Amino acid sequence: MAWQKLCPLEEIPALGARVVEHADGDIAVFRAAGDSVFAVADACPHKGGPLSQGIVHGHKVTCPLHGWNIELASGHACAPDEGCVRNYPVRIEAGTVWLEL
Amino acid sequence: MQKQKLVMVGNGMAGVKTLEELIKHAPDLFDITVFGAEPHGNYNRILLSPVLAGEMTLPDIMLNDLDWYRDNGITLHAGRKVVEINRARRTVRADDGTEVAYDRLLLATGSVPFILPVPGKDLPGVIAYRDIADTEAMIEAAQHHRHAVVIGAGLLGLEAANGLILRGMEVTVVHLGGWIMERQLDKAAADMLQASLEAKGMKFCLQAQTAELLAADSGRVGAVRLKDGTELAADLVVMAAGIRPSTSLAESARLHCERGIVVTDTLQTVTDPRIYAVGECANHRGTAYGLVAPLFDQAKVCANHLAGFGIGRYLGSVTSTKLKVTGVDVFSAGDFQGGADCDEIVLHDRAGGVYKKLVLKDDKLAGAVMVGDTADGAWYFQLVREGKDVAEMRDHLMFGQSFTQSQLGDAGHQGQSQAALLPDTAEICGCNGVCKGTIVKAIREKGLFTLDEVKKHTKASSSCGSCTGLVEQILASTVGGAYQSTDKFAKPVCGCTEHTHGEVREAIRQQKLLTIPDTMRALEWSTPNGCATCRPALNYYLISTWPFEAEDDPQSRFINERAHANIQKDGTYSVVPRMWGGLTTPDELRAIADAAEKYKVPTVKVTGGQRIDLLGVKKSDLPLIWSDLNAAGMVSGHAYGKSLRTVKTCVGKEHCRFGTQLAMDLGVKLEKMLFGMWSPHKVKLAVSGCPRNCAESGIKDVGVIGVDSGYELYVAGNGGIKTEVAQFFCKVGSDEEVMEYGGAFLQLYREEAYYLERTCHYIERVGLEHAKKLVVEDAANRKALYERLLFALKDAPDPWAEQRTAPLVRNYQPIDLTNNGDRHGLAETVSS
Ligand code: SRM
Ligand SMILES: Cc1cc2nc3c(=O)[nH]c(=O)nc-3n(C[C@H](O)[C@H](O)[C@H](O)COP(=O)(O)OP(=O)(O)OC[C@H]3O[C@@H](n4cnc5c(N)ncnc54)[C@H](O)[C@@H]3O)c2cc1C
Ligand code: SF4
Ligand code: FES
Repeated sequence: MAWQKLCPLEEIPALGARVVEHADGDIAVFRAAGDSVFAVADACPHKGGPLSQGIVHGHKVTCPLHGWNIELASGHACAPDEGCVRNYPVRIEAGTVWLEL
Repeated sequence: MQKQKLVMVGNGMAGVKTLEELIKHAPDLFDITVFGAEPHGNYNRILLSPVLAGEMTLPDIMLNDLDWYRDNGITLHAGRKVVEINRARRTVRADDGTEVAYDRLLLATGSVPFILPVPGKDLPGVIAYRDIADTEAMIEAAQHHRHAVVIGAGLLGLEAANGLILRGMEVTVVHLGGWIMERQLDKAAADMLQASLEAKGMKFCLQAQTAELLAADSGRVGAVRLKDGTELAADLVVMAAGIRPSTSLAESARLHCERGIVVTDTLQTVTDPRIYAVGECANHRGTAYGLVAPLFDQAKVCANHLAGFGIGRYLGSVTSTKLKVTGVDVFSAGDFQGGADCDEIVLHDRAGGVYKKLVLKDDKLAGAVMVGDTADGAWYFQLVREGKDVAEMRDHLMFGQSFTQSQLGDAGHQGQSQAALLPDTAEICGCNGVCKGTIVKAIREKGLFTLDEVKKHTKASSSCGSCTGLVEQILASTVGGAYQSTDKFAKPVCGCTEHTHGEVREAIRQQKLLTIPDTMRALEWSTPNGCATCRPALNYYLISTWPFEAEDDPQSRFINERAHANIQKDGTYSVVPRMWGGLTTPDELRAIADAAEKYKVPTVKVTGGQRIDLLGVKKSDLPLIWSDLNAAGMVSGHAYGKSLRTVKTCVGKEHCRFGTQLAMDLGVKLEKMLFGMWSPHKVKLAVSGCPRNCAESGIKDVGVIGVDSGYELYVAGNGGIKTEVAQFFCKVGSDEEVMEYGGAFLQLYREEAYYLERTCHYIERVGLEHAKKLVVEDAANRKALYERLLFALKDAPDPWAEQRTAPLVRNYQPIDLTNNGDRHGLAETVSS
């Protein structure tokens, strides 16, 4: 496990996300409300939709395919849907986003 | 800050609904304490009838179990009755001495059954029908005894009698009135219902007054004696002769009561604004309701007020009735008695067991009563509540929704009111594969009452929405009178706000709001940055109301409009270049072919919109393929947007032997004029050169048909989920006029429609006459609308060209880990 430098925070759109390509599958890195960052696997627990492409609100994202809501901090789907997506440690240091892989 | 103390008296359906709503809005505002006289959590009282009938069990009908109270930090005193309110000290005291102080007090004490004041009323075996204990007593009695008498042939009495028959008892229903359910049915309907209940073995004594209940040797009740001397054997007597709002506690605290605790439109008692009352115990504007649907409306308003929002007002409800006796369908709603100023339409098929009466007043449906075939109940009820003008459909109204709508050119596969007849395995929602049994189960087990709740829990009707009608019917037939359908746009935009689409549009215009955060602040949004439902709507309202002034927020757009391509199920995208009016050239086709090869596009398809779709493009390739297409002179086709889609054309007078007008030429002009137009929903046009109509102008938002003397304009057609034939709008002479009239109509739609309302739904809401008045008849207004449209569309850029430039193009690229070292000068990785 190592921390990887990703990009300056402003290279991720506010209330948006970008994708990190990874051998185990893409990872979506979100810049959510209040400039907090989250990283989860870019595959919705419903049918694998790319969460990175969803609308971000609060600390949640709405999947673009069928509208499930996912809690970014825990990766859990919001009730009444059930499911969970893997999340990854991520942090900002001096304006740069780091991801632990 | 110390939390305020909220105490609730009465742990029933209306009260707990209020708490649920309150917790949703303001979870941390109050310390909540609840007193309930019954020793249970909150259960679905309505479903006591199916429990008695043996169709459900008690655990099935729990709505909030004890865990729910604990999880929400609510102190529940179950099995304790409050006996005193001290308004001076602001405390309540229960029968076991427990005393609790309140800042706000909520009375939700429901009703008490009316017990006839006859001798013998206190004998063992004489009960009312109100709660779990009564239901258990009836089930127990049916196991050991044979004869039952139910006093009162209202909804409750008949459901009790039905249940007892199913449990093997012989039941006679004694009723004072001349016919059964006289508050809900007219005589003809009641006679028919009585006949079908008699066929199930129920016996009736009408116009019969109970004089006395006689004891048997055992000391238990043994018979009922009527005033005329008749004696009926009875080991069980169920009093179902009416209910009275439970007000004794309120009265002892000197709160003003008259057949209910009198409350204001915010559900506060008129005597003491710290004290609220909701549910059957409350009297609002002279009415104490006895059905769940209006009580839930009260609960919402009350919760809002407690949460400190203070915007909602309860203005009363229209109610409908449904009897829950399997195999006997009865429905009534609104004013079904009629009167001198009303008309009646009646269908009476005695042998077939069907009776229907519709009462009309001033071209509106005022009420309906039905026996035998109630499939259209939900539809009639909706017409009553909406006060919709039914003059146009009057001839067909009696034959129900599907027939009426097919006569109005409104066919399509929406719910045909047959939901009740469908087997559990019938697929209701084709998009999500949800069958009827799943929906019914969720409604019963999870205690769902609204379409939204069903959507959330089952996913039925949450995609294309074409099954919404069916789902509403299933709800109506499963929860009976408790179901209240609501017009989507009459409700708040979403859970983040109390405001409707109409109110939001109005505020944006009036207060000149220019950004989403400003709008959320001005309208007191309850979430920091909204959700995936409200943000796209707000974004559209802002940019359409204040073009060039309001900020467009790409992050508040659905991915397709953010990536300017349609997302596919595997996360790739489709690319549809514009082909003006469906025309193309060898050069364009060559460029498309080259691009398809270069970017390894797996599928190339001709769309239903007369152009070519390149499907399966990787997101990171989008800017590249756009660049190639741009170089060949092509721009975005907006196949992804709530925006102008296509203008289909036929070959027209240019080539066709029947053509009367240059259809292709006009189509291209229209498409160029409307390029880049964002709209509440997608917009499609077509131009046909003659009435043979090869471009299908009859199902377009704006359809143009060339005739010898000019053009006919049709509007508000739709070829999608539910086919709607476009309606004739006006006839014009020249191309310029088509552009002006068509453009003005679309601008009116852009300014007045709600987000995700297609032109057909918008016109259904406001009426075609409204649009004709503002566009066809009022020349000055038409010109002003047209100018506002042209202004908004001035220099509309090609989004593909825009997106290809820095820094926007970055959003299409993944963050590249391997390049990071180079970009930042060194490969920095730290071990944790
Ligand atoms: C590509 C195309 C099918 C085709 O291969 O022919 C298509 C594809 C989609 N249609 Fe369509 N529609 C296409 C022509 C139509 C037509 C025919 C037409 O335009 O003449 C209709 C009926 C006419 C109409 O809209 O009145 C049509 C009625 C719909 C509807 C129902 C709209 C309604 O109001 O009832 C939807 C759902 C929606 O918009 O909410 C929809 C939605 C969709 C979406 C965007 C679903 C989505 O949200 O992902 C599909 C994208 C597929 C994809 O993966 O890219 N599509 N769709 C057609 C593109 C036309 C174009 O060149 O832009
Ligand atoms: C058998 C049956 C079938 C029905 N079917 C339908 C139907 O099909 N459709 C429909 O819309 N409606 C139906 N209803 C009516 C519906 O159940 C009521 O309208 C609804 O439950 C009223 O809610 P409420 O909260 O006002 O009262 P309740 O649900 O009665 O709750 C009041 C609670 O307060 C408690 N309480 C009273 N006083 C005190 C006190 N001093 N201290 C502590 N607790 C107290 C009571 O014990 C009770 O539990 C039916 C009712 C019954 C009984
Ligand atoms: S292209 Fe249209 S009809 Fe075909 S599956 Fe998609 S939405 Fe349904
Ligand atoms: S794949 Fe995410 S909601 Fe269906």
